Amino acid sequence: MSPLQFFIGHRAEILQATATHLTLVLIAMAIAVLIAVPLGMVIVQRPTLRNIALGIASVFQTIPSLALFGFLIPIPFIGGIGPRTAIVALVLYALLPILRNTYVGLTGIDAAVLQAAEAMGMTNTQILWRVRLPLALPVILAGIRTATIITIGVATIAAAIGAGGLGTFIFRGVAMVSNAVILAGAIPAALLAIAADLLLAWLERRLKVA
Amino acid sequence: MNAKADLPSESTIVLHDVTYSINGKASPPIIDCISLEIHVGETLVLLGRSGSGKTTLLKLINGLLSPQSGDVIVQGRPTCEWDAIRLRRGIGYVIQEGGLFPHFTVAQNIGLVPKLEKWEPARIAKRVEELLILVGLDPHEFATRRPHQLSGGQRQRVGVARALAADPLILLMDEPFGALDPVTRAELQREFSKLVRRLGKTIVFVTHDLREALLLASRIILLESGHIVASAKPQDFLHIDHPEVKAFASCIDDLPGAIA
Repeated sequence: MSPLQFFIGHRAEILQATATHLTLVLIAMAIAVLIAVPLGMVIVQRPTLRNIALGIASVFQTIPSLALFGFLIPIPFIGGIGPRTAIVALVLYALLPILRNTYVGLTGIDAAVLQAAEAMGMTNTQILWRVRLPLALPVILAGIRTATIITIGVATIAAAIGAGGLGTFIFRGVAMVSNAVILAGAIPAALLAIAADLLLAWLERRLKVA
Repeated sequence: MNAKADLPSESTIVLHDVTYSINGKASPPIIDCISLEIHVGETLVLLGRSGSGKTTLLKLINGLLSPQSGDVIVQGRPTCEWDAIRLRRGIGYVIQEGGLFPHFTVAQNIGLVPKLEKWEPARIAKRVEELLILVGLDPHEFATRRPHQLSGGQRQRVGVARALAADPLILLMDEPFGALDPVTRAELQREFSKLVRRLGKTIVFVTHDLREALLLASRIILLESGHIVASAKPQDFLHIDHPEVKAFASCIDDLPGAIA
């Protein structure tokens, strides 16, 4: 069976897997952003916490993805087989790029601008929300872009622990020694990653000043 | 503004035995036991080499830094008793390169303190227009521009306008024209010296350029490693017999000789 025939014959199933895949990525990214961006804002002021947070996030990123899934399975509540474990792993994977870029973005602002803000009588909260964050946004977004692409890739492996998604086809195709089945998972996953990259890069450019 | 109401005396800023050092007592002080009175409406120029403590002195006035000992009294109240935010909102501040917010338009930059002070938008818009005209920029052309669309000289004009926005009594200026090319610098210095006379603000102006000091000052204070070594009106300054004064004066004298 040619890949094209397989695509047409299983389009509903492929679409379903793509939707599952995208859902996994979106949920994981939403959680990762909600953790990493505020954490990045906090560690700007606290050097000790900064080293700990960046250190832990780096460790998660260093562990091979399949191994990370494996580690999580035996853990009660968050572990087990299925999408929940996969999302936890994806979140842990996505943390570092977002956290690091949030920190770098917030600290890499022209000192003269920050001094002017302080000298004009802005409070620290006002400086954070009206100066630091808007200026850091393109850098933070670059971190989110990197994390999204990583997550789309790692999410294919989530199929190995029963989370579904496009990885299902890839693993099945490998088992069946069928290129058509492998491509039915690989091509949509690649397209998703490219589309996400283009979309977020465009957004980043829109937000960049000067 | 309430700052205007409680104007106490002829001295708007008083420094009393002020000492400041970075690591407490470990390192030599940057400001070493300085006492100084700055009068209402004068343009006091703090002159000195890099590292002489002039910028530090400026930052002590608006509470960006706190003295280790001594008092900095602004409008009758020590800075440590002021709410730092209130104190700074009542003091205009201009720095080298402007320190403009790159993500704000010119109008937003100038209108920032009024906005923080919760002025009506219409009043802010009117004030911004007024100030742009005051600093010699056409409001229609410049209000909606971003800082990166301005030349260095234009950025400094906006920086001055921004500092004047909420009509502060005191203006602190840290080498505002230092990063400009010589021609633009001379142009801004001339315009600014006229503006100063019209505004009647108390201005503390930091520079290492003696010509600038002579042009703008009503009084020049010369700093050397955290001490005041000379204080004089511009017309008397060059007659002071002090090695650091002579060192500064020689920069001006040498120039024609060097060319010839």
